[in-house]
Order: sequence, then C-alpha cells, then structure tokens
Amino acid sequence: MSKIHVTTSVNGDAVEFLCDPRETLLDVLRDRLGLTGAKEGCGTGDCGACTITLDGRVVCSCLVLGAEAEGREVGTIEGIANGEELHPLQRKFIEHAALQCGICTPGILVATKALLEKNPDPTETEVRYWLAGNLCRCTGYDKIIRAVMDTAAELRSESKELS
Amino acid sequence: MSVSKSLAHDAARLHVTGTARYVDDIPVPQGCLHVAFGMSEIAHGTIVAMNLEEVKSVPGVVMVLTADDMPFANDVSPSAHDEPLLATGTVHYVGQPMFAVVATSHLAARKAARLGAVRYDELTAILTIDEAMAADSRFEEGPRVYQKGDAAAAIGKASHRVVGTFEIGAQEHFYLEGQAALALPQEGGDMVVHSSTQHPSEIQHKVAEALGVPMHAVRVEIRRMGGGFGGKESQGNALAVICAVAAQATQLPCKMRYDRDDDMIITGKRHDFRIEYRAGFDDEGRIAGVEFVQYARCGWAQDLSLPVADRAMLHSDNAYLLGHARIESHRLKTNTVSNTAYRGFGGPQGMIGIERVVDHIAHKLGLDPVDVRQRNYYAEMDGGGLSAPRPAAPPESLSGKMKNNTTPYGQEVEDFELHGITEALLRSSDYERRKAAIAEWNAENEVIKKGIAFAPVKFGISFTLTFLNQAGALVHVYQDGSVHMNHGGTEMGQGLFQKVAQVAASRFGIPVEMVKITATDTGKVPNTSATAASSGSDLNGMAVKAACDTIRERIAEFLAKRHQLEVGKVRFADGNVVVGSKVYSFAEAAAEAYMGRVSLSATGFYKTPKVEWDRIKGVGRPFFYFAYGASVTEVAIDTLTGENRILRCDILHDAGESLNPALDIGQVEGAYVQGAGWLTTEELVWDDAGRLRTHAPSTYKIPACSDRPDVFNVALWDGSNREETIYRSKAVGEPPFMLGISAFLALSDAVSACGDAYPALNAPATAEQVWTAVRRVRNGV
Repeated sequence: MSKIHVTTSVNGDAVEFLCDPRETLLDVLRDRLGLTGAKEGCGTGDCGACTITLDGRVVCSCLVLGAEAEGREVGTIEGIANGEELHPLQRKFIEHAALQCGICTPGILVATKALLEKNPDPTETEVRYWLAGNLCRCTGYDKIIRAVMDTAAELRSESKELS
Repeated sequence: MSVSKSLAHDAARLHVTGTARYVDDIPVPQGCLHVAFGMSEIAHGTIVAMNLEEVKSVPGVVMVLTADDMPFANDVSPSAHDEPLLATGTVHYVGQPMFAVVATSHLAARKAARLGAVRYDELTAILTIDEAMAADSRFEEGPRVYQKGDAAAAIGKASHRVVGTFEIGAQEHFYLEGQAALALPQEGGDMVVHSSTQHPSEIQHKVAEALGVPMHAVRVEIRRMGGGFGGKESQGNALAVICAVAAQATQLPCKMRYDRDDDMIITGKRHDFRIEYRAGFDDEGRIAGVEFVQYARCGWAQDLSLPVADRAMLHSDNAYLLGHARIESHRLKTNTVSNTAYRGFGGPQGMIGIERVVDHIAHKLGLDPVDVRQRNYYAEMDGGGLSAPRPAAPPESLSGKMKNNTTPYGQEVEDFELHGITEALLRSSDYERRKAAIAEWNAENEVIKKGIAFAPVKFGISFTLTFLNQAGALVHVYQDGSVHMNHGGTEMGQGLFQKVAQVAASRFGIPVEMVKITATDTGKVPNTSATAASSGSDLNGMAVKAACDTIRERIAEFLAKRHQLEVGKVRFADGNVVVGSKVYSFAEAAAEAYMGRVSLSATGFYKTPKVEWDRIKGVGRPFFYFAYGASVTEVAIDTLTGENRILRCDILHDAGESLNPALDIGQVEGAYVQGAGWLTTEELVWDDAGRLRTHAPSTYKIPACSDRPDVFNVALWDGSNREETIYRSKAVGEPPFMLGISAFLALSDAVSACGDAYPALNAPATAEQVWTAVRRVRNGV
C-alpha cells in the first residue's frame, strides 16, 4: 500500500513523515518518530494513556490517523518541559508523589496542561471531571488532584507577579 | 539516614517527561518481528481441523506456529505443568491460544491471527460454580478443610444464628501497561528476554524449558512494569516463551504485546467466589462458632489457584478470635480463563466472608457493627503497638484447651494492633456523630439514602509456600564511591526500588543519589521469588542490607587496621567514613579500599525466619507477622436507580516504621480505590457460551478520577513491627486493598435504611445490585 506524506509540527518542530493510511497517530509518534511518551492503554479511546494535543485540543492519539496530523500542531508529553527545566505541573507531580507506575502520567499531564491553559482557576470538581477520561490504576487519584490544584495556584500567583 | 524519608519515586522525573522506558518502548533492532495469538472461539472442545493457509497468506506473515512446532516444552504453567502454551488437541476456554502468528508488524500479526479456520468438536463446557460442583470438577482430590474446635456444636448451642450465601465477583487487573515481551537471540543459542513480569526467574525457567537449554543460557531483564497487581506473576509466561521460540526459529528479535481486549480475554483474573456461612453468637454479638464453605472458580488450569484458595481460608478470621471455626474450600475447575494472583491473593475473598458475617450479626441484633467487631477482636499481647492502649483480658477459651489468641490455623496472634487503630480512627473520622447525622438524613429523605461503615484489616505477611521466602542482592561500590544496586525484586510502580535504594544509602551513610538503581536481571541475582505477597521490600531490603553490610565491614576492617583502631570505631554517616579523628569522604574511603585490594562487591541473602506451615493439615505459622489497617467509608445511594458514590473515606494504616511514608500512603490510597472498585463498579460478565462480554474499559469500569471520594483522609499508624524486619517496617502492597471492604459495607448500610430485611448484597455492588437490594429490603423479602 502506498504511504502518505505528512507535514506537521510536533512540539513546535517541523516534522515530515510517511505513514500507512490506516496508521494511527499514536503508532506514528511511537514507531516512526521515537516519541514513546504516549502509551497505548486500550486502543479505543477509553483510557487516556495516549493523550496528546492537536491544535491545542486534547485528543486520544489512538483514535486519530497519522494522516490527520497534516498541517496541524501536535503537542506531546515530550514537549512540556523546557529543556532540562521541568514545567511546574511536572514538578508538582513529583513533589506530591502523584504517580506510581507512570504509564498514565504522560496522558494526565498533557490533559491537565490543556485544562490549565483554558481554565487557570478550576474547581476541584472541574479537575476531577476533566480527568475522568484518563484512567490510573495505581494511585487512587488523590495525589493527582492535589498536584493539579497546587500547580494551578502556583501558576496563578506567577502570572499575578508578572502582571 | 535516608530511610523513613518521603523521597520521590526514583523514576519520577522520567515518568513526568515521558522518557521512562517500558518493554514496548525499548528501541528494537532492525528486522524485529511481531507475534500474535490465534485464540479459541469456544469454551470446550477438541480441535478437529485447523486450516491456517489464509493466515499464512497475509502479507508480512513470516511464520505460523502450532503446538507441533514447539521444539521442547509446550507449557507455561507456574505450578502443575497443565497449561500448554499452544493448545494440544483440546481447547479449554474462550480465548485460549491455539497458534501463533509471527509477522513483520504488530497489526499484520493481529489481523492474520483472526483468519484461522478451525473446526471443533464441541464438548460440554463447565462454566459456573454450580456446574463444577455438579460434575465434581475440581483441583485436588476434594475440598480442603481447616478447623479449630467444634464449630457445628458451638453454633448449635448458641442463642442466635445467621445463615447466608454470598457471591463475590472476579476482578480484572487492568494494569495500564498490557502484557509485553521482547526476545533477542544471542550467539550460540542464548536468549535475552525483556519481559513485563513480576517473576523474571520463572520467565527464565519457562523459556529455558521451551528452548531446551539450561537456565544459564537465558537472561531475563525487567526495568519496570506499568502496573502488575499480581497479573504479571505468571501471565507473562506465554508472551515471553512464544517470543523466545519464534526468535530462536527466525534468529530475529521477536516482540509481543497483547491488545487490551486480547489481554482481558486471555489472561487470568481474581478468583470469583461463592461463600456460604453459618454462625452462632450471643446477645452481644460475640461469635461462638462459624462455618464457611468457600467455592473458588479457578478456571481451566491450576496456575496459582491452590495457594490463592489457601490464603482465602487463612483470612476467613480477619481480625476476629473465633472460638470454633470450620472452613471448607472447593477449588473448582471450569472452562473459563485460568484465574491467578491478584493483590491480596485470595485474602480479600476470605476476609469479606467474615466481614459479611459480622455485618449480618449486627443487623440481626440491631447493634452498631463497630461494637460487634471490637467485641470479637483478637487480644493485644504485651509488646504490641508502641502507642496502642492495652486491651481488656482476652476472651475466655471455649474448649479450655486452646491458647487464647490463636487463629483457626494455629498461629498465635502476637502483634494485634487493631484496638488502638480502631479507637483512633473512630475519633479522627468522627464516626459517632456522622452515624447519627446519617440516621437523621435517612429519616428525612426518601430517595437518597446514606450509609457508613467501618472495616478492619489484618493481613498475613509471607509467602505461604514457605521456600519462596528468600531473596538475593548484588551490590558493587566503585572507586569513586558510587554504588550499583541490584536485587531480585521488580518495580511495578510501587516504589520498591526507591525504598530499597534508601536502605542501601542508609547502610553506607551516603545520599540516595549515589546509589544507582538497576533493572532486575536474572544474570545478576539468580533464583528469585516473584515480587508478590507484599514481600518486595521485606525480602529484598534485607538482602540488600546484608550485601551492603558485608562491603561496609570490609572497608571498616581495612581502615581500622590502617589507623590501628577497633573496627567498631569506624562510622559511616553523612557521606563520610569516620575513623577516629580521620574523616574520609565515602568516595575517598572506596578509593583507598580499592588501592588496598579490598573487594568492593558483595552478594546478600535473606530468608524469613520463624515461618513453618503445613498447608494440608492447616496448622503452623504461615506468616512472619500481620499488617493492620482500618477504614471508615460513607456513601450515598439513589434508591430509584441504584446509582451510588463514595462521599468520604478515612483510613488509618499500619506500615510499621515506614521506609518512605509518601510512597506507602500512595500504596494505601491506590489499594483502597482498587478494592472499592472490585466491590462496586468492576463487573466481569460472561455469557452462557463462556465468552467474556466486558473486555475493554468501555464496558469494564475501574474507578475514574471522578469517582475519587470527595473527602479522602489517609494516615499511617504510628507503630512499629515487633518482628525484626527491615528497619521495623511492614509490607504495604496488598493489605490496604481490603480497606475497600468498608465501601461495600457502607452500601449495605445505606440499603438497610430502606427497610427491615438484611440487604444481603452481592459483590460487586453495581447500581443494578444496589437497586435490586433496595427493592428486596423494601418488600421485606
């Protein structure tokens, strides 16, 4: 089968790749671009382990075709830190011990970052329901919520200082 | 000292940056092939014909393997050699692997695997507990029975009795990383296997058997799993073995990972149980005698079902001193997936049996279940918890012959902590006031009813297969003072590697950053036990301590001699080695020792003392010690729909002197939610043909973020371990799972607000179950 040529941007870098027309964006990221942060947890869009952003919108990359990335902006876990400097969200997840096996962590961070960009002051309930599509089998979610609320507060106080 | 500090998980930075490598993330060499199984479509039958021509014709398919192609052993059983990797003439459950497709891509292999044309001669399938009992289809010659005293007589003489039957559903592990393996062929027929496994030594053993080579020709490595929960104790064998066989045949790397649906259909789960009970008790709810009949649906192969069912029997007392008890256990062989280890390993099923009995007793007598629980507790012996209050005198022995604080299997309970834990938790959770408020709410509200319940946990720590209670470690100190640490334990997110690294750092008196944590590797530490039975840090922590202490003593002896001091005068602390007035940095000390030709590498070994157990007689000391905990859960139910949610949960859990409180609390929280999930939303549904109908997260519901209790207060009990464990800590992996039982009991409490009858809820208490129970109670059935 002939492959499709796709020109896109991943974490701000211009990227080109060839992919099978039926290949998911998740497989493209993992197998062709070496970005293995997004994981396949279910392959049906129910667990959130493969969460990425497409033009800023949170999507399950297992439900998006590689070809659909054409001309779009793809954001993955690998693009959240600024070089060696962790994003406050990443720092807070470490501080709050909001991870165990780590498989769901990339998806949860990508989804949360998108939430905080949209809504810098979410209520706990908003956070809980925003993340309801990201399953975690290890933590019981308590520390995850705490880490998110704490990050939101820190980011708000930072942006206050700047303004 | 770095022990007892809440340091972050060693891989936390890798996890938040998406760079932690799991088996499926390991870059594979060019030409790597992918494997998928063709699976049985029926529950029981003989294979009349298997036409695989269409499978072979799919572009990308390199090879198709059947049982006939297995060069040596065709078995992936961890116990009884009764589990062929590829079916041999007969299929025993829907989903059983029959053939394996080896192809150039994961998708090609999976697609081709669906194209097998198999004709079966169907045989009668035994699917349910009733069918298995009727056919006497079981493992072992008959039921196991453990008993103490004369339960039937005690129940007969008691002034009150309850009788009931209780169904308890199975549970899918739903480790978020599915099963995966990668086999890399080496020169001379050797094999390296990366396997997402809790038991690398067993993978090594099964691969060696399948390849017909000694174990020394196979090396198994695992850096981390994306969750295990017992589901990767034996269930990874099939993938590792088929990859190794395919890799040997093709001389190319071979990789396999199950798609989620396949994973849920092929792999074993927590055993579903039926428990029948009969108990006799006095006016105050004191249990005189209790009888249990436990029926465990084990599935088609033995796997770990015998020790699982044993552990269910061993936890049918939970926290209660039973004067007379009889526990009968049936291990039933059915044409369903072979059930396996799952966090608690039968303990949860046994424990919820007695919790059900106590709940039923309290309901019958109109007493607060907490009072009934406390009245039946084991006594606290001298030297119990540090801050625990002394108990009242232990209850009188009924036969006059028994010791006063003995389990039904003859082990003295010497470390009972629950009197103090219970008092403290009832206070901190404001139980009395909230219970009164809930009664008021329920009196005023017809539709939404609330319930609250307390549940204690006493969980036995040690493998009941006594020989497994051993561990090894390998520690190197390099000339620059950096330390390489390896042990037989595996990391599945629980933080074992971090906790053990903190032990190593403490022994050398150095910062934990100087200790390199390395992948579990059968080439470094041989003959390891599975990381299971909550034993990871108890066993491996002690083995690493032994290895570190050997090296430390060598360095100390060398430096003491040089400075003409006693060895005892050499101290390792704050990154230094202090020898009299001379202070070396640890790096300097290591370099000096190296120059002095001192060996800076050592192995360590540990075996758990005191344990001795006869599983046939049901007598002995299977457990080194017990871990304790308690929880109070408040729930609300909608009586019109059965919908329910957890409003608040308070937990006090005993991790002894915790090696790392942050990691331990994480274990407690996660275990509670997983335990509550088992008993509420997680429902596995098989149809009449034996097909699993809930094989993906779309239909099988584990708790989501939105299900987290609104209020979730978790604390560790300020206790110790009276036994000499690593820094007096306690195992924490499984025990808190059973704290979730309070969520189930709280639902029962809420339902009982609807009428006078006992709710007799079955598990999982899904919305449907709750709704049915509400109607039952309202109609007074």
